[in-house]
Amino acid sequence: MAAFKLPRYTYNVASLSVNGKFLARQQHTIWSSDHHYGMLYPGHIQTSPLQKALLAVGSGVAALQNPYRHDMVAVLGETTGHMALIKLRNRMRNDPEGYTILTERPRIRLSTLDISSMSTLPDGSLGREYLRFLDENKVTPDTRADVKFVDDEELAYVMQRYREVHDLLHTLLGMPTNMLGEVAVKWFEAAQTGLPMCILGAALGPLRLSISRLQKLMGSLGPWALRSGSRARCVLSVFYERRWEQNLEELREELNIEPPPIKLSAKSKKGS
Amino acid sequence: MTLGLTLTANMAASFKELPRRIVQIRNRSARFGPRNPLGNSTFRTEVSAYRCCSGAAAGRSTHFGFESVPEGEKAERVYKVFESVAQKYDVMNDAMSLGIHRLWKDSLLRLMNPQPGLKLLDTAGGTGDISFRFLEYTRSVREGQLRHRARANQTPSWQEIAAGYGSEGEEPAESRAVVCDINKEMLKVGKERAETAGITTGLSWVVGDAEELPFNDDQFDVYTIAFGIRNVTHIEQALQEALRVLKPGGRFMCLEFSKVSNPLLSRLYDAYSFQMIPVLGEVIAGDWKSYQYLVESIRRFPDQETFKEMIEEAGFFRVQYVNLTGGVVAIHSGFKL
Repeated sequence: MAAFKLPRYTYNVASLSVNGKFLARQQHTIWSSDHHYGMLYPGHIQTSPLQKALLAVGSGVAALQNPYRHDMVAVLGETTGHMALIKLRNRMRNDPEGYTILTERPRIRLSTLDISSMSTLPDGSLGREYLRFLDENKVTPDTRADVKFVDDEELAYVMQRYREVHDLLHTLLGMPTNMLGEVAVKWFEAAQTGLPMCILGAALGPLRLSISRLQKLMGSLGPWALRSGSRARCVLSVFYERRWEQNLEELREELNIEPPPIKLSAKSKKGS
Repeated sequence: MTLGLTLTANMAASFKELPRRIVQIRNRSARFGPRNPLGNSTFRTEVSAYRCCSGAAAGRSTHFGFESVPEGEKAERVYKVFESVAQKYDVMNDAMSLGIHRLWKDSLLRLMNPQPGLKLLDTAGGTGDISFRFLEYTRSVREGQLRHRARANQTPSWQEIAAGYGSEGEEPAESRAVVCDINKEMLKVGKERAETAGITTGLSWVVGDAEELPFNDDQFDVYTIAFGIRNVTHIEQALQEALRVLKPGGRFMCLEFSKVSNPLLSRLYDAYSFQMIPVLGEVIAGDWKSYQYLVESIRRFPDQETFKEMIEEAGFFRVQYVNLTGGVVAIHSGFKL
């Protein structure tokens, strides 16, 4: 399990005692060949409040114009999500499993998943259903953009965790990656996390749906997603990497997520 | 020990930089930790660690934006920057300068005032902006000349007609432009642009390093380098190469970002550069770091007078410069005599 660990240069100044006094260990932030002093984690770019505002506006416009620009959606989320990330981090801290995640910093990557052993798990288990989901929708967990503009290392991890848990959320909710499924998941996330980017996506997503799908959303999927989102335990606090064998239904019950009212298949992947 | 004997020129140079490095490290430590009254012991260990890491190949370092890199590394990093921005280069130019870069390039051509039949070397020409304008300019001048000649020939006398026999094929000579760039991606984008614009003759694309041009001496009538010379590791070498490939009487022209003298404009310009441009780079091209490098490299380039002196030192005569947009951009020009 690869952990989100920073290679920190710690100068153990204790070995250099001047006048017999011990000096405290100093932890310097990274200064690698990237000269951005104040780089708190790999990929971090320091930005002023004005730049963040400009980025938020610019990425919002770019994402609306071209929803396939996932990097712009990511930037929008990072620049607008500060308060929500703090709330999420505090929720995680107050949960024992979430606290473990914050300290161990697991990452969901193809390289860290044991695909062969996961595919031998019984049907209905989290691991098996997750693999089936990745397969049917032809996605991989490695396409998530890295966090760049969050100015706190722990919050950056929370953001990264949120992105990586997104696919697992699809599995938990039983939603495919077509437009309707994505909007349903967005509604759930908006209710759960309160991230402005999710709320924006949840509000604007339905505009691109066809009438029949909109009916499904408004009628049953939407209210279910909102209900589950607000009642469910924080999905970021679940240590999925240690629960692959757990039965999916059982996990849903544990997290207080109702099973989906309508069964959507991945084959219904028309253009909205 | 053999230490004294193995002291090469490179090492001597890096020893000179030692006091500067110590000051740098001292400032850095002060920024990150509480002020601790350490003696020189820490700094010496840090400094020696630093020198070990500064690269075995290059004893000297140069600037890459605000960062310091070994000289051997700069060319590679610049290459990577332009490789990644090549596709969106023209869009970004328009967005960052609000289209004003077109006016700057037009001014360069107007100052050059090329007549048909000249041979241009467009160094760091990348996507070909200057060359396209050059060909367009000379062609319209040429058409004007042809039209003038045709008008003059409306009612020729029989003597003129007789004199005209034998020189039928003579027309004002073709102008030619050679686009030279070190980066293949940029040249690729330039070639695609030439195809869509329908420019087929008089243009060639060459991969080459401005510090070591793949041309013989005394080849070109005009040498231009637009927004390229600040990315070159050794500017003096590029200037000397320019002198070499120009014909006697040839003209050197450089269009480059320069120092804004007006303090108010300078502050606005700095704010715009550092706040807005990397954001534009991220939103339009998905690349913050390349555009951060761009605005930093502008600050690192010498100002108008210093650059003029450098050009004179390379051996050019009648060196002049013209400021555009209050000094944001300057056109330097010199002649090889």
